[in-house]
Amino acid sequence: MTIIDGIRMALAAIRANAMRSLLTVLGIVIGVAAVITMVAMGSGARDQVQQQVSSIGANLIMVTPGVRRFGGVAVSGNAILSEEDAAAIIREVPGIAAVAPTRSGNVQLVAGNANSTSRLEGITEDYMVAREWTIESGRSLSSSEVRTGGQVVLLGQTVARELFGESDPVGQSIRINRTPATVVGLLKSKGQTSFGQDQDRIVMVPLPTSRRILGNSRIQPRRVDTITVKAESGGRLGTAVEDIKDLLRQRLRIPPGGTDTFEVRNLTEFLSAATEATQTMTMLVSAVASVSLLVGGIGIMNIMLVSVTERTREIGLRLAVGARRGDILLQFLVEAVTLCIIGGAIGIGLGIGLAYLIGNLAQWPVLVQPNVIVMSVLISAAIGVFFGFWPARRAARLDPIEALRFE
Amino acid sequence: MAEIQTIPPAAAADRPVIACRDVAKTYAMGGGVVQALRGVSLDIFAGEFVAVMGPSGSGKSTLMNLVGCLDTPSAGRVAIDGEDVSDLSPDQLSDIRSRRIGFVFQQFNLLRRTSALENVMMPLMYARRPVTDRAERAKRCLGMVGLGSRTDHFPSQLSGGQQQRVAIARALVNDPTLLLADEPTGALDTRTGMEILELFQRLNRQGITIVVVTHDPEVAAAASRVLTFRDGRLVSDRRNASPRDLAAELAALPPANDEAGEAVA
Ligand SMILES: Nc1ncnc2c1ncn2[C@@H]1O[C@H](COP(=O)(O)OP(=O)(O)O)[C@@H](O)[C@H]1O
Ligand SMILES: [Mg+2]
Repeated sequence: MTIIDGIRMALAAIRANAMRSLLTVLGIVIGVAAVITMVAMGSGARDQVQQQVSSIGANLIMVTPGVRRFGGVAVSGNAILSEEDAAAIIREVPGIAAVAPTRSGNVQLVAGNANSTSRLEGITEDYMVAREWTIESGRSLSSSEVRTGGQVVLLGQTVARELFGESDPVGQSIRINRTPATVVGLLKSKGQTSFGQDQDRIVMVPLPTSRRILGNSRIQPRRVDTITVKAESGGRLGTAVEDIKDLLRQRLRIPPGGTDTFEVRNLTEFLSAATEATQTMTMLVSAVASVSLLVGGIGIMNIMLVSVTERTREIGLRLAVGARRGDILLQFLVEAVTLCIIGGAIGIGLGIGLAYLIGNLAQWPVLVQPNVIVMSVLISAAIGVFFGFWPARRAARLDPIEALRFE
Repeated sequence: MAEIQTIPPAAAADRPVIACRDVAKTYAMGGGVVQALRGVSLDIFAGEFVAVMGPSGSGKSTLMNLVGCLDTPSAGRVAIDGEDVSDLSPDQLSDIRSRRIGFVFQQFNLLRRTSALENVMMPLMYARRPVTDRAERAKRCLGMVGLGSRTDHFPSQLSGGQQQRVAIARALVNDPTLLLADEPTGALDTRTGMEILELFQRLNRQGITIVVVTHDPEVAAAASRVLTFRDGRLVSDRRNASPRDLAAELAALPPANDEAGEAVA
């Protein structure tokens, strides 16, 4: 007897009891479908967060003024960060690749009859590196423009489209809150964040220029809103965060035990938070799926035992005409495995369908990975072997004479 | 493997297909033991058509099980085609059954959801025959029993006699030396039973050794030798000088409603 013979017999036996077989594999179907759906949604979400974090830029630390609040009451004022703080970070903290102080705000843009609104970032050259922006056409800001506050601007894709349609904006003049500027470069698109925010609705000008446009602080003329720090590697992020905090406490004269008036956040924390959330969910559903698969497996064992009893005479006959015990074992084992794989296949189909349905309704990213499908098939087969073995062995151990006499 | 001395045969001089020496079989039953066979010695030679008779419980089926390698004796030796099978393992017995023995049962024992052809092909799978030969071989055997045109029929679409023919084709498909039939006509009417017997006689003339268990003296009269059992002992071993000629008897009968299947060329 070959495996092919076994599969043929299994399919015939399953077809002969189609309804019963279908009900039997329901546990496997539900278990596999749950796993497929969850893994598809989990990896979809993780994939998207990953993409987003890497589109913001890898290995980033954001330094912003921030107030610790207790019960809604601010216990201290915001720190005022300056370009000097940024300079100090790159000077004194080891393992830093780039530091980009920025001033930012929302602005009105006009070009001819067209107008638009956008977020404006006043940047230094390091900003492009840290946030991983690249130029699609034209050029980036030059160092002299950054130093002297040249009347030049880089446009994000959305802004460029709203102001100039499909034509090339490079070399055109625009007004930013009445301040004239020449477009020198068009930024390459970064698309939307998973929260639906358009990253391409942005314009960038030299940091000094942004102070003229957005207005300036009288107390601290070199004030910045955010300092973006890029670590040399992911491994340095943790210590870099602590070093920056220590440095700023010193510079801002915060006494030991005092409340920080700034925030230093590691961007990959968002990623690990998102990953953790999906992992918790995945574990929860895995538990449910395991129970379902276990119940499914026991169902398979039960139906196989019933099947062995029902077919006792058939087993006796097969033994009488020359089947070995191993042939009978194989026949029933293949039947159990085939049953489980059919259940697994239905579960995979159902799971993928469900994942896309939920993904569509809840606007949730879905990612079906082929290795998850392969795993599901293997797990189904393993359940068949595990729970089918005992009934199959019982069939194989039947005495041919008694089996033939069985009514 | 124990050497078995053969009893000198009356008719043939060659090696016996079945050799039993002091064969006993006991079953443990609720504390006591049942002695189904109590020391049976006999030889059956190639080409014989043997009927086994005796009252119910006399040990006929037990003998068939031992000779058919479905079971092993409690004492004594059994040899098939000169090979001692008394102490073989279940898998070794399976191989002997597969290669040398064909079974025909009173209740036919066909697989219900499987066509005549597939029923006949089934033993080929266990004999590890190449898949490509199987259908052809099975068709040839169905032709031999007169069912060449009903290969695709399911058991439920066949009469009792036709079902038993399928079962006989199944028994023949691995070219056994020995055909064992326990009450093969017990579930059939007289005429259909005669047709089955006629088929046995024809197969026997082609050289296959046949042992048939029966209650019916009419059936036994078709055999060339009749063994009678009582209380687990062989009490009579009689040669039949003039067995019935069922082909002639059937030809003399008025033609019946088409039960048997088509005539064999
Ligand atoms: N598996 C068994 N367990 C116990 N007793 C058995 C078994 N098989 C047969 N017997 C007993 O052995 C004796 C012979 O049985 P059997 O060979 O079937 O007789 P026959 O076929 O001639 O009617 C009977 O008394 C029967 O009850
Ligand atoms: Mg009997």
